Amino acid sequence: MAETVLETHGLTMRFGGVTASDNVNFSLKARELRCLIGPNGAGKSTFFKCVTGLLTPTEGQVFMRGQDVTGWQPHQIASLGVGIKTQTPNVMDALSVHENIWLSARRFHDAAEAKARTDTIIDRLALGGIARTELGQLAHGERQRVELGLVAVADPWLVLLDEPAAGMSAQDVDRMTEIIHELTRSAAVVIVEHDMQFIRSIAETVTVFHQGAVLMEDHVDHVMSDPTVRAVYLGKKA
Amino acid sequence: MERSLGKDITATLIVSALLIWLLPMMVATYTLTVLVIYGMLGLSLGLIWGFGGILCFGQAAFFGLGAYTYAIAAINFGESTVPMLLAVLVPLIFAAVLGALMFYGRLTDVYLGVITLVVTLILFKFVNSTAGPQYVIGNARLGGYNGIPGFQTLNVPGNPDAYIWGDPYFYFCAVTLVIVFLLVTWLLRSSFGRVAIGIRENETRMALMGYDVAARKTVLFAIGAAIAGLAGALFANWGEIVTPGLFSLGQSAEIIIWCIVGGLGTRLGPILGAAGLAYLKFMLGQQSLIDNTLITGLILVLFVLFLPKGLVPAVAAPWKASFGRARRRPHARQRRKARHG
Repeated sequence: MAETVLETHGLTMRFGGVTASDNVNFSLKARELRCLIGPNGAGKSTFFKCVTGLLTPTEGQVFMRGQDVTGWQPHQIASLGVGIKTQTPNVMDALSVHENIWLSARRFHDAAEAKARTDTIIDRLALGGIARTELGQLAHGERQRVELGLVAVADPWLVLLDEPAAGMSAQDVDRMTEIIHELTRSAAVVIVEHDMQFIRSIAETVTVFHQGAVLMEDHVDHVMSDPTVRAVYLGKKA
Repeated sequence: MERSLGKDITATLIVSALLIWLLPMMVATYTLTVLVIYGMLGLSLGLIWGFGGILCFGQAAFFGLGAYTYAIAAINFGESTVPMLLAVLVPLIFAAVLGALMFYGRLTDVYLGVITLVVTLILFKFVNSTAGPQYVIGNARLGGYNGIPGFQTLNVPGNPDAYIWGDPYFYFCAVTLVIVFLLVTWLLRSSFGRVAIGIRENETRMALMGYDVAARKTVLFAIGAAIAGLAGALFANWGEIVTPGLFSLGQSAEIIIWCIVGGLGTRLGPILGAAGLAYLKFMLGQQSLIDNTLITGLILVLFVLFLPKGLVPAVAAPWKASFGRARRRPHARQRRKARHG
């Protein structure tokens, strides 16, 4: 039985009168790949932000590897060995690809070891040609790849990705899929995603959010053929 | 940051040795000394703003604090070595506390500016109002708007009668600036400096990587204040009097202008900006045709419009394009060959 790496109990987030996350109970096992889907405003991103410490939930608790991390700062959660990628690319634009990834590796290793790991990741992600280029000059797909690289270089045991495939070309998405599969060898991965095609190609278990709450949780094939889920996505009454 | 640290140090030492040798032949050392001191003050803000992204509107507060600390301590101790150390330590600790309050309080840029500005104002108002005889620290009267004159100036450590003044004092200040410059160079190349630059670029990302952004900004802010404090102590020794004017808003604004004109994000820019503009102000002060604040303002406007990155980046960019890259290209080819071969 694999260890549970991420768990939430009754996670609730209210903004004024709006309940963006409503009593979410979620649990994830080590090396599991889980996709979170749902229409706009379903509460996926709010849930993601509560887990990563970018927001403090109004009620409920978050546990990581059994430790209560509710109300922790993002840097404290990241220090546990959790890799996080936000929805919009969050990178250091004026710095080179190498420096971006090195900074991430340096958090957990000394300078020399960080450099060695950075070089390895750059080779693995085929970023060698642009290693000295500033992030600001790169295409969107490349920036996304670099951001995934700086998540991967820290050797996380839990990876949280918010819309990693957004705005990417088919070729970039294929490469992204490969990288994510490689990550699951050592880490549990949570992906918040809109792109159904991407989810079909990558997901096993899918959690569907609707109006802040978990609507269902099942294998991707069952979820896709479920009439309620289809209704939610198409905006019809079930 | 492509060049090695060794080359950087060698270049710095050669250039500064030449300048320290040649400049006294052109400008009086008394004037040069204050230009060097302003250069150090410019560097202190250039470090935290240009490399840490912390725009401090109150760098003058640390400058003044350093100067006052020195003056008060020098009167009480009757020698200069301990006061010099205190003049660095007091602003350092003050900034560490202030910085921790601001950065752990998650203040955004604008509020950070407001707070540092207000702190400067408070210090200015407070020091200005200490003319009465009840404001005494040890043997030193704070003196209010009259300032504190007549304190022990810099002496050879252990020998309070051997004063360092005149030409030797210029060399002392210049060498101190070179040392501080080299320490800043080293700091920026260290992991701490590289992380600081990462924080300047994207705070959220650095936090998501697991860096304690607030702690690191606090430390950098305190280092900047320590350098400003040292500059303040040197200024006190140069002027032989400290006045509340050191805390003034005009002084704070001038430091920001030095950084913008010289070039943010460079080590040299703020020093050159400070020395250049201060020298210009000195020259303009000798004539009465045009008001010199008008000229300073005009220069700032022209720079913001036409050279928004400042002097040093504007000069360095074409230099790199014509000389820097030619050296780098064969290097990259070699690396590629090594990988495929």
